[in-house]
Amino acid sequence: MAEQPVKHYQVGTFVIGNRLLDPDQRSVQARMERSNTLTSGHRACRGCGEALGARYALDAAMRATGGSVIAANATGCLEVFSTPFPESSWQLPWIHSLFGNAPAVAAGMAAAMKAKGREEVRVVGQAGDGGTVDIGLACLSGMFERNDDVLFICYDNEGYMNTGVQRSGATPPAARTANTKPVGSEPGNAFGQGKSVPLIAMAHEIPYVATATVAELRDLEAKVERAMELRGARYIHAFVPCPLGWGSASEDTIKLARLAKETGLFPVFAAEGGEVTAVSKIRRRTPVVEYLRPQRRFAHLFRPEENREVIDRIQAGADRNIARFGLIDGEGSGDV
Amino acid sequence: MLEQLEGSQAIARTVAACRPEVISAYPISPQTHIVEGLSDLVRAGDLAPCEYLMVESEFGAMSACIGASAAGARAYTATASQGLLYMAEALYNASGLGLPIVMTLANRAIGAPINIWNDHSDAMSQRDSGWIQLYAETNQEAADLHVQAFRLAERISLPVMVCMDGFILTHAYEEVDVPSPERVDAYLPPFEPRQVLDPDEPVTIGAMVGPEAFTEVRYLMHAKQLEALDLIPSIAGEFESAFGRRSGGLVRGYRIEDAETVVIALGSVLGTIEEVVDELREQGVRIGALAIKCFRPWPSQEIRAALSDVGRVIVLEKAFAVGAGGIVGQNVRLALGGGARIHDVIGGLGGRPITRRSLRTLLEDVLADRLEPRLLHFLDLDHDVVERELERLRRGGRPGPHAENIVRELGIVAARPH
Repeated sequence: MAEQPVKHYQVGTFVIGNRLLDPDQRSVQARMERSNTLTSGHRACRGCGEALGARYALDAAMRATGGSVIAANATGCLEVFSTPFPESSWQLPWIHSLFGNAPAVAAGMAAAMKAKGREEVRVVGQAGDGGTVDIGLACLSGMFERNDDVLFICYDNEGYMNTGVQRSGATPPAARTANTKPVGSEPGNAFGQGKSVPLIAMAHEIPYVATATVAELRDLEAKVERAMELRGARYIHAFVPCPLGWGSASEDTIKLARLAKETGLFPVFAAEGGEVTAVSKIRRRTPVVEYLRPQRRFAHLFRPEENREVIDRIQAGADRNIARFGLIDGEGSGDV
Repeated sequence: MLEQLEGSQAIARTVAACRPEVISAYPISPQTHIVEGLSDLVRAGDLAPCEYLMVESEFGAMSACIGASAAGARAYTATASQGLLYMAEALYNASGLGLPIVMTLANRAIGAPINIWNDHSDAMSQRDSGWIQLYAETNQEAADLHVQAFRLAERISLPVMVCMDGFILTHAYEEVDVPSPERVDAYLPPFEPRQVLDPDEPVTIGAMVGPEAFTEVRYLMHAKQLEALDLIPSIAGEFESAFGRRSGGLVRGYRIEDAETVVIALGSVLGTIEEVVDELREQGVRIGALAIKCFRPWPSQEIRAALSDVGRVIVLEKAFAVGAGGIVGQNVRLALGGGARIHDVIGGLGGRPITRRSLRTLLEDVLADRLEPRLLHFLDLDHDVVERELERLRRGGRPGPHAENIVRELGIVAARPH
């Protein structure tokens, strides 16, 4: 292939065109030999961030291991839309057991591979945010603490979408869900203390923790590839917009994922052994209203009149992330 | 070789002889000594290759066994009581997925009130979970049943629970001939499932099955359990040929040939029952006992055959369906249809000893027709205590926790406000 000098030109997305990259750096999805682990024909909604994230993440894991991956999946959208019996979209060995036990099932699979002397077979566990931050957290923490040889990926769409869009421990404050409707004196989800499972994972000092979004899929792939270079418990928390649950346009999935990062609401970083090793900087500081306004789950913050107080509280949360993770140079300590 | 050792150690060494590849367990009394023993064997390298996962809960324990078994590893765990309830969701999952996991259940009561002692409430609460349930009378039988359990589970692709009475068996020192690894190897073929999680042959396991096939899956689970009714005796027979002793099977009669009255029970209490049967036999009473070794699947035909000429049956059970009655008793009625007079007697709850004297009094009452067959009878119940509390409620007393109400009614208060 002819040498083509890379031109870093702005396309409004801050993403370098795949074709401009050196072939070795191109997305796994751009390769003829991609695995298509989650192949076409599944029943995800149009614009589903989770399907996109899962396909990129698992294909990257397959490429990194020469196709030697087995997966455990929690109950949730990803499980339901991919495996309506007798059909399956999975082209890798895959098991679904229960909602809250995917980390333990994955740990059992890794133990089996070790006992059988087949440690070249790598285990990935995956769940939505409900299966990770809520019902699966005890099993996940156990898997981290034992340092089981599993990469666990959470596809975070901030709610129980599979059961009809109820709130989870990952639902942001003020968001409308089916059980946090915009009624009463504090419309939408309550302002709690939040629950950052990436930080909880880091507190276990496991070999690798990273966050990613489906707006920067090459970054997600690179993080999966890095995770597969390591052994022990590894955790990736991927931000995946849900058009159905968020009341957003299906064509806005990537845009919203990018805005979540650019506003500071979802910090993108990587950590090894409990220490942050890399932070994806915010390119263009963006007020949270730009992220909130396109989503019907936040519509009550803008109609009948703008609820400045609540929006300011959400902005304060984003600003705190910016300072805490050092998402903008010169602002804050970056001491997580 | 007979050795004097604790029941739990016998189980740990027998399980090790079955060469599990993954053990995953969470400690709960009275199961602890079993998994401690296995942990020692794994850590010392005496059981290799085997991975021991010290999980964060019983739910995690069963889930890790599910993952390991689906990946083609022979998987084992042990639990009791609350632990069994905490893994209940995963129990149904393991049986629904057809994973031949073997588990020891050190039978213990379920709270509240919290109680660590033996009864069968834990096992009975999961009788419909799709697991095969085998009950041991002695530590020798408990050990032997584990070897048979792996063989049975892997033959019909269903998980097996080996039930042994907590403390009464798990912590009792008695003579046991621990099956040696060499003989177990000859008896128990390697675990080679048809579908495993293997990159060389990618399969999807645990897909969402809708109304079009769910009934068929459930039917297969039922049909396999019924097939186990044929398999369990043949596996026990082959065990007898290989190891030279009789263990397991579906039911075992004791002096029932000409019996007019038969006591039915599960587990270690059979020893006491047999002694009382002997005493009554000496007085010319035509009485016998029937041990139920396998509660799921339910050996209906074998029980009917064993009790065909029996006029009176006493079902002595260590659990009951609150608000309904005996559990084993209901199943016995299912097996016998009309005919025999069946007395449901609940005893040994939360570790209350079932003594020879209590049993003898009970049986004499039954034989003299002093026990109403349609009423659920509680062995050695303190009627004064329960009547006092019931009377208080009838008078319009306020609600409150049962055990604490008893104490309060007696005028005992633990602490005073500061």
